[in-house]
Amino acid sequence: MLEVEGLNVYYGGIHAVKGVSLKVPDGKIITLVGANGAGKSSILRSIVGLVKPKSGSIKFKGTELVGRLTNKIVESGVVLVPEGRRVFADFTVLENLKAGAYSRTDKQKIEEDLEWVFSLFPRLKERIKQRAGLLSGGEQQMLAVGRALMSRPDLLMMDEPSLGLAPQLAEGIFRIIGEINAKGKTVLLVEQNAKRALELSDYAYVLETGRIVLEGLGTDLMKDERVRKAYLGE
Amino acid sequence: MTLALFLQHLANGISLGSLYALVAIGYTMVYGILRLINFAHGNIFTAGAYLAFVGVALLQLSWGAAYVMAIVLTAALGVLVERVAYKPLRDAPRISVLISAIAVSFLLENLMVIIFGGRPKSFFRPPVFDQVMDIGSVKVPTVTFAIIAASAVLVIALSYMLYRTKPGLAMRALSSDFDTARLMAIDVDKTVALTFVVGSSLAAVGGILWAIKFPQVNPFMGGLPGLKAFVAAVLGGIGNVQGATIGGLMLGLAEVLLVAVFPAFSGYRDAIAFVALILILLWKPTGILGQEGRVKV
Repeated sequence: MLEVEGLNVYYGGIHAVKGVSLKVPDGKIITLVGANGAGKSSILRSIVGLVKPKSGSIKFKGTELVGRLTNKIVESGVVLVPEGRRVFADFTVLENLKAGAYSRTDKQKIEEDLEWVFSLFPRLKERIKQRAGLLSGGEQQMLAVGRALMSRPDLLMMDEPSLGLAPQLAEGIFRIIGEINAKGKTVLLVEQNAKRALELSDYAYVLETGRIVLEGLGTDLMKDERVRKAYLGE
Repeated sequence: MTLALFLQHLANGISLGSLYALVAIGYTMVYGILRLINFAHGNIFTAGAYLAFVGVALLQLSWGAAYVMAIVLTAALGVLVERVAYKPLRDAPRISVLISAIAVSFLLENLMVIIFGGRPKSFFRPPVFDQVMDIGSVKVPTVTFAIIAASAVLVIALSYMLYRTKPGLAMRALSSDFDTARLMAIDVDKTVALTFVVGSSLAAVGGILWAIKFPQVNPFMGGLPGLKAFVAAVLGGIGNVQGATIGGLMLGLAEVLLVAVFPAFSGYRDAIAFVALILILLWKPTGILGQEGRVKV
């Protein structure tokens, strides 16, 4: 579904992503693991066009994404749940979800998706009229994921969805990611919580200072000595 | 002061305030989205009045046609200014865009001097606006009513657009976070252009109504009302549309009523807005409805 080839990203003089290539096959959950500053977010932001890569190619369903505007990329079926949730604080919960469906005109299906989001996150339905800025961190994360789903993406990318959440809430988010994937959505996940992310994913890449240093099935990587030392704290 | 006289001043203050509000909304919307004080906005106001003058006096169009033409062309001018002078600088430091805005302001002002000459020209208005209505013992010029009614309708229509339609949703999303708005598949360039269409149209209406109220046009006519409308936007909380409306009305009322109560101050009439600006900046710099800067977690 998504193929990244030789991606290079620079911020000024800093070489943040160094020739990264990766594949996200249809219907799978793929995870990028790595320390802060390893370039994970930069890869996601390049895919969705918020960052302009210096070189490389990003193909989604065979179409080149590099050079296209973010709004066009999102319309074509890729969406990103940004790091730090970034819900519209002054909007109500419903308005946030409607913003997610901004480019769509299929009213009937929007309603269906809204119902689906509410069934995934019943808390959002309870707070439908509340301003998003007043929600708790966990609820805001639910809203950010729900809002992304409202664009009816084929590929859902999530940047640190469990960041800053209590373990129980984080577990809830991981469970939902599994459910979303079971519904046929492909997921590309960036996570600090490597253990949980590796368990969940079909395939994973380990990044260090902008390079992929290791890749493999999630379950295999969990057994890898280096991964255990560096990311699982053993 | 008799009650009748007070009501007369009140109507006058509200109508002047409505004009400030119409212009202030344009400042505040552009600031809300681009964090830019659009110094050319006062010149856009002037352009609206001049284009109506051209339509009526030179092209001999009917009143309505001339005003509609003026509003449409002024909106186009606003979009052109954004495309040429602001859009190329969107990723530049904010001070660069500000300087560009000041340059556009001087450019437009001098263009109007070159095209129309520096001398004031009288602005023909529909005869209905020469009349004064008597309500009991209160005398109110028809133009005062027209200004209040037109402004009220426009402000309500704008609120509807902002809070009930998709383009409004896009504008509000953009004013809170550009990148996240892009992730909602919102077309940033289109939405910014639409913001300039709305702001410039309201300024054009303000300019036309101003020229009907004080029936003449000159290339510098937008200077003082533009500055005062900017003060009104700051007063209400810049970036906030309701705030701009409230700020405009307060400023108009303060100006008219203070002079009415203390006629000796009438020479300082124009200073009131700037005293108000200093006071609000000392007391509550974010304005009446402005929010304290939110700290991102």
